[in-house]
Amino acid sequence: MTELICIGCPKGCLLHVDEENDHAVTGNGCKVGATYGKKELQNPTRTLTSTVCIRGAEIPRLPVKTDREIPKALLLDAMSLLDNIVVQAPIILGDVILQNLLDTGANFVASRSLGLHEEEKHD
Amino acid sequence: MYDVAILGGGICGCSLLYALSRYTLRCVLLEKENDVGVGATKANSAIVHAGYDPMPGTLMAKYNAAGNPRIRELCSELDVLYKQTGSLVLAFDEADRAQIQKLYQKGLANGIPGLEILERSEVLAKEPSLNPDVLCALYAPTAGVVNPWELAQAQAEVALQNGAEVRLSSAVLGIRRENDVFLLETSDDMLKARFVINATGVASDRVTALLEPPSYTIHPNRGQYFLLDTTQGGLVRHVVFQCPTKKGKGVLVAPTVHGNLIVGPDSDPAEAHDLATTTEGLSYVRQKALKSVPDIDFKTSIRNFAGLRARSNLTDFVVRESTENPGFYELGGIKSPGLSSAPAIAEDLVQRMGKAGLPLHEKPDFRAERRILRFTHLSAEAREEAIRRNPAYGTIVCRCETVTEGEILDALRRPLPPRSLDAVKRRCTAGMGRCQGGFCGPRVQAIIARELGLAQEEVPLDRADMYILAGKTKDGCCRKGDAPNE
Amino acid sequence: MNRAYYDVIVVGGGPAGLAAALSAREHGAARVLLLERNASLGGILNQCIHSGFGLHHFQEELTGPEYAERFIRQLSGSGVEVLCGAMVLEVRPDRSLCAIHPQRGYLQLRAGAVVLAMGCRERTRGAIGIPGTRPAGIFTAGAAQLYMNIEGYQVGRRAVILGSGDIGLIMARRLTLESASVEGVYELMPYSGGLVRNIVQCLHDFEIPLHLSHTLTDIRGDKRVEEVEVAQVDADFQPIEATRRAVPCDTVLLSVGLIPENELSRAVGLEIDPRTGGPVLYENRECSLPGIFAAGNVAHVHDIVDFVTSESQLAGRSAALFVPEKNPRRCLHLQNGEGIGYTVPQRIRPENIENNVEVFFRVKKVYKNATIGLSSGDTLLAQYRRERLAPGEMEKITLPRKIVEKIELNKAILSVKEGISP
Repeated sequence: MTELICIGCPKGCLLHVDEENDHAVTGNGCKVGATYGKKELQNPTRTLTSTVCIRGAEIPRLPVKTDREIPKALLLDAMSLLDNIVVQAPIILGDVILQNLLDTGANFVASRSLGLHEEEKHD
Repeated sequence: MYDVAILGGGICGCSLLYALSRYTLRCVLLEKENDVGVGATKANSAIVHAGYDPMPGTLMAKYNAAGNPRIRELCSELDVLYKQTGSLVLAFDEADRAQIQKLYQKGLANGIPGLEILERSEVLAKEPSLNPDVLCALYAPTAGVVNPWELAQAQAEVALQNGAEVRLSSAVLGIRRENDVFLLETSDDMLKARFVINATGVASDRVTALLEPPSYTIHPNRGQYFLLDTTQGGLVRHVVFQCPTKKGKGVLVAPTVHGNLIVGPDSDPAEAHDLATTTEGLSYVRQKALKSVPDIDFKTSIRNFAGLRARSNLTDFVVRESTENPGFYELGGIKSPGLSSAPAIAEDLVQRMGKAGLPLHEKPDFRAERRILRFTHLSAEAREEAIRRNPAYGTIVCRCETVTEGEILDALRRPLPPRSLDAVKRRCTAGMGRCQGGFCGPRVQAIIARELGLAQEEVPLDRADMYILAGKTKDGCCRKGDAPNE
Repeated sequence: MNRAYYDVIVVGGGPAGLAAALSAREHGAARVLLLERNASLGGILNQCIHSGFGLHHFQEELTGPEYAERFIRQLSGSGVEVLCGAMVLEVRPDRSLCAIHPQRGYLQLRAGAVVLAMGCRERTRGAIGIPGTRPAGIFTAGAAQLYMNIEGYQVGRRAVILGSGDIGLIMARRLTLESASVEGVYELMPYSGGLVRNIVQCLHDFEIPLHLSHTLTDIRGDKRVEEVEVAQVDADFQPIEATRRAVPCDTVLLSVGLIPENELSRAVGLEIDPRTGGPVLYENRECSLPGIFAAGNVAHVHDIVDFVTSESQLAGRSAALFVPEKNPRRCLHLQNGEGIGYTVPQRIRPENIENNVEVFFRVKKVYKNATIGLSSGDTLLAQYRRERLAPGEMEKITLPRKIVEKIELNKAILSVKEGISP
């Protein structure tokens, strides 16, 4: 039996996961906790958020996120993929910035739309 | 070859440069830091003392009495924030009353105008938030509050406009005298001057030692302060002192020219660089201040800081010409009331140098003029007009103090442009408010970088090398205008 | 000078202002103006690039910018007029405002109703008085977040974080991901100020230690932070001498609380509740002056943006429906009993309640199996159970109108007790 705090929502339920019994979860307030408890002990995953460089926008950074959770162990490797990426404005929220990162099937996508900045338009 | 070289860009050095810039002389001020007015000048009580405290007959008494009205004039000429608040020294028992009577007598001897001893009801009528246990108080109507670093900057700026020179980040490493000329070795140059004035504050004994054995020694004395939010600024209208002790004028409570409340200082011997605040020091200040003004809300504190007084082993100021090396002047032990005295010291010293052979011919085109646009002080119509003239006055950068981008640009385009975040703060109050630059810091940094042609990371917090940023998060591939490395 | 009239003017274009403006428009306000001081809408959400937003409101997990963009998109077709780069300098009791804008100049505006949505700011070092020197390298967590996420700068290489508020925890992870090391998070209280999920996913995931009942007792360094001294504190929050130790670092992040930004509110003369730091609010989010409403972090600091949205929708709706001189007379005061830190609203006008009223509150300490009671006079009017309550987590109860009507002498007390009472 392992105790876990569910990170599925701000409530933070205290889960009990029974490894002996097919990772059955108790203590969860909703079904998110049941899924999280099972997965956290077998293959923990996280959504990764960071930024990449953007040119031509009002700000120099475009926020990005993985469009699905990736294995927790790959977080730092996935971060380093972003180091050399430079995108050009305009960018629309959801635009794919990097496909199938580390063969996880997840993509890095833009999490904000950034238009071409007025000053840049005149360049 | 300079006629005069001033060592140290504090309030004394800047006052001297300004006083000298009236004359057809080649003058230079050397400051080791990247801005003027950043030692004791920026970390003190910001009070223009009336002048009843110094012992009659001392230099302190003479210069304070003369400096008080002179600062009032200077602030009005140079558009420096100043407010004549008057001051009260509170007595809580008969021993205090006896002290206050002594102060009153000293004040009369020093020629200080308007002094009165007020009884409890009169004191409380003037200042209702005082501790009602107050017995009586010495009232000095000519005391005031000033923005001390602005007074230093303003004098340096106007001196620059009138042809004087300021070298920042220029520390003096050696002084020699050859054939009546002083050779000054600085961190990046060697220069010559006929007259040298050492106005280096807490470092002054060490700087004199570069030339000759100093006639006094400096034993810095640290004072710690609270600066409270403008919500507390109206708590008192006067500078409120307690009776002086052996250690100094004690803990005061005063409004500042920016509308804050300043509370402090304590008094402790310290090393020459020790500007740390301590739990003990601050709690002492808090406790003492509450005796004067019981309702101070210390939860509204926005900053603590410490300053170093250039206390010497002597009781009076040292303002003297070297006997071994004529032409070398020392300003030593300029502790309180140094700020109040500085312009008077400067003007007196210039006259003395004149008598010693410095030719004092007034410049026909000398102009003592400086006008600052302070957006918050403007009427609605003037604000509208200012924005129409320059849209940068329509963008607020510092929301706590309502400072516009236009004012920051003005500061950057005046003589002696600020090179750091704190230098901008000291010129137009951006970042001085309750969020302490949390919101506007990055924007101010970007504006400084843009105006001075620097990378944003190169703009320090205050002194050179006080770096704020440790590089870019993605190994620097993507500043605006950089080529993408694909 | 521009003296335009709007039915509703919203001050601030963060999550609260966005929701309030949209809601005002949806509830019939013909002319709605949203004033934002920054160049773009979204407020602090733009720098909150992490996910965890929107679980209540959209039933999905979004990042801060995504959450903001949902509202910004709705706004574009809504008829709400938006002016970015406009800073409101003054709000007056007659609901006129003045603002400045670099191109539009000095604006004098009049409004039928005003919604204040200025958000909050962070407590700084000066507010908590950490002793020591004043080198570079001391940031509020939010300032560091802006530098990193919007500007792309690294703020340091080796950090210590004081305070376990959510932004501090989020920044601990963010710094680690950007290859800085975080030596530890030090929290004065015996419990964390942030959400437990953030302790897990921001600290535990990266093996960053959380030191409860600890504080910073000294900051050392001449030009840049060189080390801090930390110490455990006793029950009176005083440092325990024997536990003092130095922690080398070049950066200190402060996550020591948020303060509603109420300079405009104070200046116009709104009654401020010292417990929330925001204006005293009625059930419809109206403040003590008629026609001036407040919502979001300017009213009280929220943990979750979804609650900001729902509160702001209420304020926007109320502003749209505001009719001067039509306010009901009867007003109930909601008071803090045992264990309650504050409630919002603080005052309830029963005539304004359709079916029920939600009361948000914070407790003063951690409770397990708590019973929350609402009483009036000697009568217990309602009881609610919660498994766990913590000061870092805002809670709410829903009071049906029929219970509100039972309140006597216009005064009710909310209190909380450990355990299940009969």
